[in-house]
Amino acid sequence: MRYSLCVLLIGIILMTGCFSGRHSRGDSVKIQGAGSTFINPLMQKWVHEFGALEPSIRIDYQSIGSGGAIKQIKERTIQYGATDIAMSDSDLASAPGELLHIPVILGAVVLTYNLESVTQTLRFSPETIADIFLGKITRWDDERIKADNPEVALPPVELTVVHRSDGSGTSAVFTNYLSKVSSEWKEKVGEGTSPAFPVGLGGKGNEGVTGQVKQTPNTIGYVELAYAVKNKLPVAEIKNRSGNFVSPNFATVTSAAAESVNTAPEDLRFTITDAEGANAYPISSYVFVLIYKDQPERRLGAALVDFLAWGLNEGQRHAQPLYYAPLPPEMVRRSTAKIAQVNFQGESLLGRSREGN
Amino acid sequence: MLYICAGSVLAITLTMVVAMTQSSWLSIKEFGLGFLVGQVWDPVKGEFGALPFIWGTIASSVLALIIAVPLSVAVAIFLVEQAPRSLARPLGFLVELLAAIPSVVYGLWAIFVLAPLLRIYVQPFLQSLFGWLPLFQGTATGIGLLTGGVVLAIMITPIITAVTRDVLEAVPVTQREASLALGATRWETTKIVLSNASSGIAGAVILGLGRAIGETMAVTMVIGNRPQISASLFDPAYSIASVIANEFTEATGDLYISALTEMGLILFIVTFVVTGLAKLLIMSVANRNLPQN
Repeated sequence: MRYSLCVLLIGIILMTGCFSGRHSRGDSVKIQGAGSTFINPLMQKWVHEFGALEPSIRIDYQSIGSGGAIKQIKERTIQYGATDIAMSDSDLASAPGELLHIPVILGAVVLTYNLESVTQTLRFSPETIADIFLGKITRWDDERIKADNPEVALPPVELTVVHRSDGSGTSAVFTNYLSKVSSEWKEKVGEGTSPAFPVGLGGKGNEGVTGQVKQTPNTIGYVELAYAVKNKLPVAEIKNRSGNFVSPNFATVTSAAAESVNTAPEDLRFTITDAEGANAYPISSYVFVLIYKDQPERRLGAALVDFLAWGLNEGQRHAQPLYYAPLPPEMVRRSTAKIAQVNFQGESLLGRSREGN
Repeated sequence: MLYICAGSVLAITLTMVVAMTQSSWLSIKEFGLGFLVGQVWDPVKGEFGALPFIWGTIASSVLALIIAVPLSVAVAIFLVEQAPRSLARPLGFLVELLAAIPSVVYGLWAIFVLAPLLRIYVQPFLQSLFGWLPLFQGTATGIGLLTGGVVLAIMITPIITAVTRDVLEAVPVTQREASLALGATRWETTKIVLSNASSGIAGAVILGLGRAIGETMAVTMVIGNRPQISASLFDPAYSIASVIANEFTEATGDLYISALTEMGLILFIVTFVVTGLAKLLIMSVANRNLPQN
């Protein structure tokens, strides 16, 4: 009995040895990525589609959150990260190498609400949103909300704010917008993934906020555009810099990005909230991929660059079916140019993954 | 061999405490004891205080015990002493089933069923009766400390019930027979069984308390996640486990992560102190009761 067990064990060890040996002799490259939960559905689609095109490149993406991406890429445990917000100067300075920010896709944050008696789409101007989330507007029939919605009969009821309780890029984008449009918000609360909201209930995740807004009458909260569209939530129109009330959709989000492509800084660490443009939706944002400029391995680096270049070009057509807004063409060009800077010992890796195979 | 096994438990606890203290050292150095009494939690400005979270954790757990202990003990007495066998079996099975439901399911159920139920029926009712008490003032949103406590109570009831039932069943039948033979009524007999099982029941309560303090997902979904200390049960609160679950994945900056780790350490200490106190309290009560019987 014991003898046969030993034989079995040795057999298993030998077999696994054979298989792993075959793997190491094979040509596959394994890339590990992690980060933003927001981009996860699209990233999984990209990984799947790209894997079909290039079976020798195996990519794994874990949606651990933007903060996690920044932590992990600094420790070099992943080859690329994805984040909803650009890294801070101090984070960049403490990284072991030069990190590049590559905008790959667009998202937006929308206001959703639960007001039973109101069937029309509500409109909000930036100051009103700031006052609601600062706790200065406590009733739905407040003059400031009425001013934006003269033809809507607003009920005389108390207003309850719902915000994200978990640290999230969605909160970061939303508070970045509020900090731009309200100096009081900037001073009192500021921007970040876990801001200290002055009022309201905290819901965990988009589903937590949606659940509380749906279940509690007279609430207002913010969620990602993709989530709101998929779940058919009522979504508010927001007044942009040009004074137009704009509803969030692929066209208005992409147009918010289009205006600023040429004025964006060289390192592409920038936000597009409160953007210029008549048709721009004001709470839009990029998702960035983080990647080291100097790659330690030639083949792995080339495969990674290849994947990102594919995502920026062919991959953009997968965006809309999954409710993301594609990049404006000009930004695709700038992002691709950024990827061309990724190198192995001074040699650009763009379009080099097929060589040497 | 057995010594090694027992020692490993101690070793695991010690390494956890050491590791957590190490990684929260930055925050301990920065805030000192002020961390324990600080009431502001603002990651943007780098200000961290734990008091609202400690309050939320203890308040929600105590609320849960107040609801769950009488309920569980009553259910256990019914199952063991009163119910006919044909009813006791399926009921007992149901209780065990409840204990096996994952907490995220309880959380979702709480958002979609319990919270509206409390908002529409229970909270207005409490407000109309006891509205003059600060405990029941404020807007009834269905999300807050009360909902957190109720969902915790529902979660720990099966555990306390199951353990209490086993403890009651362990009391020898001869005791019941002796009591009945002396002319005691069925209810008096149950009281005697209870007092004999009291230390076991105390263990069950502490088990439930332990789970309530550390419970994360279900509470996070309904407690409102607002770091504040409010007298009203209807207002949102926050628990230690929830803030760690909520913020750890997206936390950047050494001090922030360090502060979150220190919260973990505090949760450890709170659990230790609270269960210790509960044990002492129950032991003293049990000791006082025993000689009389």
